[in-house]
Order: sequence, then C-alpha cells, then structure tokens
Amino acid sequence: MTEHAHTAPVIIIGGGLHGSSTALHLARAGVHALVLEKNYIARHASGVNAGGVRTLSRHLAEVPLSLASREIWLKIRDWVDDDCGFDQNGQMRVAEDEADVATLRTRLQTMHEHGYTHEEWIDADEVRAIVPAITPSIQGGLIVRADGSADPYRTTRAFRFKAQSLGARVIEGIQVLHLQRSAGQWQVQTDQGLFTAPILVNCAGAWADKIAAQMGEPVPLDPVGPMMLVTTAMPHFLDPVVLGTGRPLSFKQRANGTVLIGGGRLAYVDRERDWSELDFRQLAQGARTVCDLFPHMKQSVISRGWAGIEAQMPDGIPVIGPSSTEQDLYHAFGFSAHGFQMGPIVGKITSDLITTGQTALPITPFSIARFQTGAPSLTQEHFHG
Amino acid sequence: MIATTHCELLVVGAGPAGLAAATTAAQHGVATILLDEQAAPGGQIYRAMTSTPILDRKILGEDYWHGESLLEPFKQSGAQYLPGATVWAVAQMTVADATQGFEVGYSVGGEARMLHAKQIVLATGAQERPFPIPGWTLPGVMTAGAAQVLLKSSGLVPGKGTILAGCGPLLYLIAWQYLNAGIKVDALLDTTPPGRLGKALRHAWGFLTSPYLVKGLKLLREVKAQVRIVKGVTALEALPGDAQKGHAQERNAQNNQALQSVRFTAGGRTETLAATQLLLHQGVIPNINLAQAVGVEQQWNELLLCWEPKVDSWGGTNVPGVSIAGDGGGIAGAWAAEHRGRLSALQVAHQLGKLTAAQRDAASAAPRAAFMRAVQGREFFDTLYQAPEQFRLPTGDTIVCRCEEITAAQVRETVSLGCPGPNQMKSFLRCGMGPCQGRFCSVTVTELIAQERNVTPQEVGHYRLRFPTKPLTLGELAALPQTDDSKKAVIRLKKPV
Repeated sequence: MTEHAHTAPVIIIGGGLHGSSTALHLARAGVHALVLEKNYIARHASGVNAGGVRTLSRHLAEVPLSLASREIWLKIRDWVDDDCGFDQNGQMRVAEDEADVATLRTRLQTMHEHGYTHEEWIDADEVRAIVPAITPSIQGGLIVRADGSADPYRTTRAFRFKAQSLGARVIEGIQVLHLQRSAGQWQVQTDQGLFTAPILVNCAGAWADKIAAQMGEPVPLDPVGPMMLVTTAMPHFLDPVVLGTGRPLSFKQRANGTVLIGGGRLAYVDRERDWSELDFRQLAQGARTVCDLFPHMKQSVISRGWAGIEAQMPDGIPVIGPSSTEQDLYHAFGFSAHGFQMGPIVGKITSDLITTGQTALPITPFSIARFQTGAPSLTQEHFHG
Repeated sequence: MIATTHCELLVVGAGPAGLAAATTAAQHGVATILLDEQAAPGGQIYRAMTSTPILDRKILGEDYWHGESLLEPFKQSGAQYLPGATVWAVAQMTVADATQGFEVGYSVGGEARMLHAKQIVLATGAQERPFPIPGWTLPGVMTAGAAQVLLKSSGLVPGKGTILAGCGPLLYLIAWQYLNAGIKVDALLDTTPPGRLGKALRHAWGFLTSPYLVKGLKLLREVKAQVRIVKGVTALEALPGDAQKGHAQERNAQNNQALQSVRFTAGGRTETLAATQLLLHQGVIPNINLAQAVGVEQQWNELLLCWEPKVDSWGGTNVPGVSIAGDGGGIAGAWAAEHRGRLSALQVAHQLGKLTAAQRDAASAAPRAAFMRAVQGREFFDTLYQAPEQFRLPTGDTIVCRCEEITAAQVRETVSLGCPGPNQMKSFLRCGMGPCQGRFCSVTVTELIAQERNVTPQEVGHYRLRFPTKPLTLGELAALPQTDDSKKAVIRLKKPV
C-alpha cells in the first residue's frame, strides 16, 4: 500500500492557488495528481494577497489569459462549490494628475489597438459618482466594471478540497529535497521518503527557482514581500477596488467593512525562515497616498499588517509552460501581484498541456526559455514535439 | 520634522521588571529610555502608585505600596522616562542604518515617532487569562484585574450585587481590598477543583518555607470570616436580563441585555444568584504579542497552560539584542519581576561593554538569590490554581473570539473542516483578526484545536502575529517623518502601459 501511496500520475510541487488549480483541472480530466506542500495549503502568497480579481491593468501578454480566467470566476461556484467571497463591484485605476491621465489614455489606446475593449475610460464626474469618498481633485480613470475581489485563503481552500473530492491527493508539511529523472520517472526525494511520477509540475512560488536551477534552467526570481495593511471595520464607503497610476496603491473595502491597503511596497523577507519584517517607513508612504486620495481615512485604525513571500520575475510576467530542458516537466510560478485572478485559468493551461500536449491560449511570452541567452528553437521543439 | 531619539537600551514597560531594569542599566552607565503606555509608572501590579486617590494604605495593602521603593532609585538613575507611549513596531532588517540597532515605532498622544536602540528589554508583563463562560460578554461582566485597576487608579468600587468568580490569589486579594474599603461582595465562587489541594501538596515544602505563606493565610482568614465563599464550583454561567432602568451599566446595543444573575454548580447543587457585576479571574498569562512579532520563539508551559517566550537565565532570547524581564517571560510574580529586571540589565550592561563578565556575575549574585527566594512556593500555587479544563475549553455558543464573535462550536467544527492550526483557523473564521489581535482568544483557540485533534498545544502552535502590535491610525502612520531613503526606495513593478 505504501508503494501505491508514493506514486502518482502527476506530482505538483506547491499547494498554493496555482498548484491547487492544476490539481483540480487534472482531476476533472480524470488524472489524480499528488500535491506536495511544504507548509499548508495557501500558507504563502495564495493566502495573504490582496484578493484582486481583475482583468484591469494586465500586462499585454496576460490579457487573453486573464479574460479567459474571468469566465471561470463568473461561475466559480459551479467549479469549486464555493463562491469564494467573490464580490463583483468593479476595479478602477485613477488619475491624480495630467501625467496619470496621459498614462491611462495611452494604455487604453494600446488595448484598443489589440482589439481589447474591457477597459473603459471614465471622466472625473463619473469617478466621483462611483466613489464619492475620493478626493475631489481626481481627474478620471480606467474601469472594468465586471472585475472585483475575492477571499484568497477561502478560494485556494475551495480549489484544494474540490480537487480532493475528485480524486487528487494533498500532503502538507512535506519538504522536497531533491529531484532526479530516471527511466522515464521523476524521483522526488522528500523529508518523508521518495515519491515518483512520470510528470512533474513546479508551482513552488517563491522557491520555484530552486527547482528550475536543479533542472538546468535557472531563472532570475526575486522573492519579495509586498506589504498589506488592514483597518478595523468602517461604515461602507467604497464599492470598487481602486488602484493608483503614478504612485502605487491598491485599495478596497470588504463586505465586513474592513479596508485593505496594498500597493506593492516591499517588506524584508527571508524565504529560508518563512519570516518577513514590515518596513514602516515605506508603509508610511503608502499611508500618505491613501490619505491624499481618501482624506477621511486619516482617522481609520490600522489593526494589523503583513507581507507574504511571493515570486517576482524581472519582466513582471510569470513563467508558464513546459520546461526548456526536461521532458514532462511544467512550470507555473512568478505571479506576485498578479496571480490570484489568473489561478483558475493557469491550472487549466497546465492540465491541458499535460493531457493533450497543447493549449488554446497564447503562452509563448511566458516561456522559461526567455531567461536563457539564445536557443529559441529549443522552445519551438517543445511545443511541437 | 521630529528628530529620532537614540539610546543604548530601550526598556518597554514600567512595571516592577521595567523600573528595576532601567534603573540598574542606567546605574551602570547605559544610556537608557524607559517607555511605558500608562501616564505613570507601576505597570499593573503597582498601577497608579504615584496617583491613586486611595490614601489609606491599609486598603490596598503593603505589597502594593512596596512598588514605591522602585521609584526613587529610578528617578536618581539618569534613565529617561517616556510615559503615555505605545510601541507598535520594532524593526531590525528594514532600518536605514544597521549600526543604529533596532528602530522602534511608537505613538504618543496620537503622534507616531521612531527611536533607535542597540538593545531592547521587553517588560510588558502579563494579562489575565481569558475566562470563556456563557454570557461572559454581557455588560456587567468584567475581569477582577480590571476591577482592581479601577480601584487603584480611580478609587472606584462596585455597587451592590457583586460576585467574584474563578481561582487564584488575586480573587482573594481583591475581596480583601474591598473589605478594607468597606465593601462586601455577595459571594466568591471558587472554581479550584476539589482534590486539587492534595495534588499541590507535593510542592508544599516550597510553599511552607516561602514568603507567601504567612501573608496568604492571614488574608484568606479575613476574607473567609466576612465573605460567603463557595468552593468547588464546577459550572458557571452569566445570565442575561433586560438592562434595568437606573443602572449605570452600558446597554448591549443589540438587544438591551445585561447581566442579571449568575448560575453556578458546586457539590452537585445548582444555585442562581442575582447579580449586577460578575468579576472573573483565573490567573494571568504572559502577553506575548510584541515578543512574538519581533521573532522570539514561544513554548507551551504545561503547568501554567499558556505560551511563554523561551528565555535564558538572563532573560535573553533567540533574537540577539532582545531580552525579556518579568512576567512577560513566564509568570513568576511581582517580587520575582524586579529581580529579573536587574538580571537582564546586568547582562545588557555586559553586552554593551560597561561590565566585564566577572563584574556582571558579582553584581548579579544578590538579585539572583533574591529571585530564587521570590519564586519559592510558586509551584505549589501554580498547581493549586491551575485553571480548570471546563473553563478553558468552552463548548457550544460560548464566545471564544470576542472581537469577531466566533463561538466554541465554530472553532471545534472548523478543525474537522481542515483547519488544523490557529493560522488556518484565523484565515477561515477571522478569529484573532480583530483589534485585540488574539490577546483574548489565542490560548483558548490553541487548546481547543489541541483537544479536537488530540495533540499537544505545542504541536498546534499559535497565531502568527506581526506589527503593528497595537492599533494606530492611518493618519498617524502617514505623518511619520520621511527620509531620503524611504522616498527613494525601490517600488515594485511599475504598472504596465
């Protein structure tokens, strides 16, 4: 029995949203993956992010994936038996001054040039009508009315439990030590013994570069800790999520009245000790942005702060797709600040690659090969062979 | 623009441990700041000793007034005193200049400031153990320690219909202090389990030779002579009724309910007493929030049934430069606290190069001996007064997390839903996410999960707490002085265009 328990058709390293989503989509296709998670499901980025479900402000390469993911979000209860706390109150990116207006207008033009119409310009009056609490000097913004936010921990849990109900397995508190390919099988050495599978998926988040390095395809991953603050519950004053343009801000009020303040300023993180330390001078800068945009927030009470340990890639887009050095190895990592909404679709992409060898979505820009000098043909081979 | 203050040693908390630590450090030439949340020194045990309106010293008793002996030496020591100051963050890795040591964020009068310290002694003391019984959130129910603070700081005593309940010396102490002030409580419901005395007698030798014995027995005798004491209380409930007109207590906004009576069971008999105030107490536990947020490792104390920081014989922790003195490092009482403060300060003075190891050891002989005498007999007390299981492990609708109103049933159920630890529990139920940041619910949640999973509390773990350890407004944070470094610091990814 032990022997059976230590093998699986697919081993997924990392039990965050991307790992759990991959497990779910594979399970739906009848493939019962085994997820190996070093802490507990959603312990890191997946459990502590801002929960933004946005197609707004995506890197051009991410837009088609994000729009496809939104289709899953709109029916999330059908997929995972939980509404995940998804509130669809819109997301807007506001312009504080002329420079911001120019930035947003240019952005809109780029979107239109590529045939994307989901982002919409709204003028100052409409911004103030939708968000009465915002500073009167606001100049306008870009909005996606169908965007919103959800509960990251709850969402990741839902994907995990649905995947398990369909046959996926999860082991928590297990550390992967070493990986080796031998006789068509992945030998995954852990601190609880050896596991084997023909196919391996790297969803190890801020630790994924260690796996990539073992595979001979090192990547310049930066483990970062974007900081969040949350206030005590306040009377309702905000429907959509508000993002900054010229200065970083992510600002939302949840159904329970608490206000979540992010924006991507960075804490100190130590990924070996799972430890973070908030930088309060940086948080003070963020607090100034909030108080400038929403003057009444000066009296709001900060109840706690935190920072997850997340994976950032230098070009701001993740790594998705097959390995460039090994057969039967797939990557999905590097999503800091933009991974939550994409979780549902990226799991499907990886699952499709595994079960059918292809995906309908354009993932070439996310290839791990982009971090290597030369050899673009390597990637071509992997797509066709 | 407010200049940042610098010191060699920051002591947080002006109770006996903090006062003694700051005094000793300053006496050995350490540039010391003593920072405290209250307006005047004394911590909780010697609360308001410089300002109490209770001038008749017999009311609060001589143990309280012992605190005064710590004041004059402190004033003479040269340490700087910063009252009315609340620490909300301690930074090590995100400081602009590492040679300056720790950067401590704190607020005074709604204004956020920073100071730098090479070493920190946390003397933040203890808090009362939560006492989750049905109805414990009703207006009219409070902790005996809080009632004692009202007595010390404002000379307030409760009106008619007051019941004390729980276990531990504080209950008898406050009953005695009330008697001295002419107030007789209606009853003292003692939840110490019958037969517990037998278990504690194993440690009786320590107790019999300890300084606590004579004082303790005298106090007990006086209280027993005048107050109805019910022993062996096994069940306790605070029952609501409509808030009465003319009562000064707050009304429950939701349904106008307040405490009306207390129902208890003892020796198989159940009785209900009318009550206006119920004062609960079942011991004190270390307040670990600041220590934990700064990275100090915690361990579960099996006798005292609480988390306590891991400290060495000088109060040193796994975080270099951070030590803990007093009850915040493990409950040992007020007398022990001042000696632990002195020991921590001597070690700090040595680490800062003011004392050689030999000088430190010579100077610490007396405080260490005094500390050993002060803790003699504690094991007897700790065994005798260990909070009983049914009052630590609630069931059903009894509220566990007061801030978010999460019940015991919800916590227990959620373990089986796949939340085997307090942090998953926190993310799923929101318990521990409110303004108190787990102070009221942490030990209860850890023990409930341990019971449901049939594992030890040590294995279950505790909430992962971060700064701010006390709330501050966004406006306060926004007004922190800017530095060039913080303006220039790399912001993460620019938004795509």
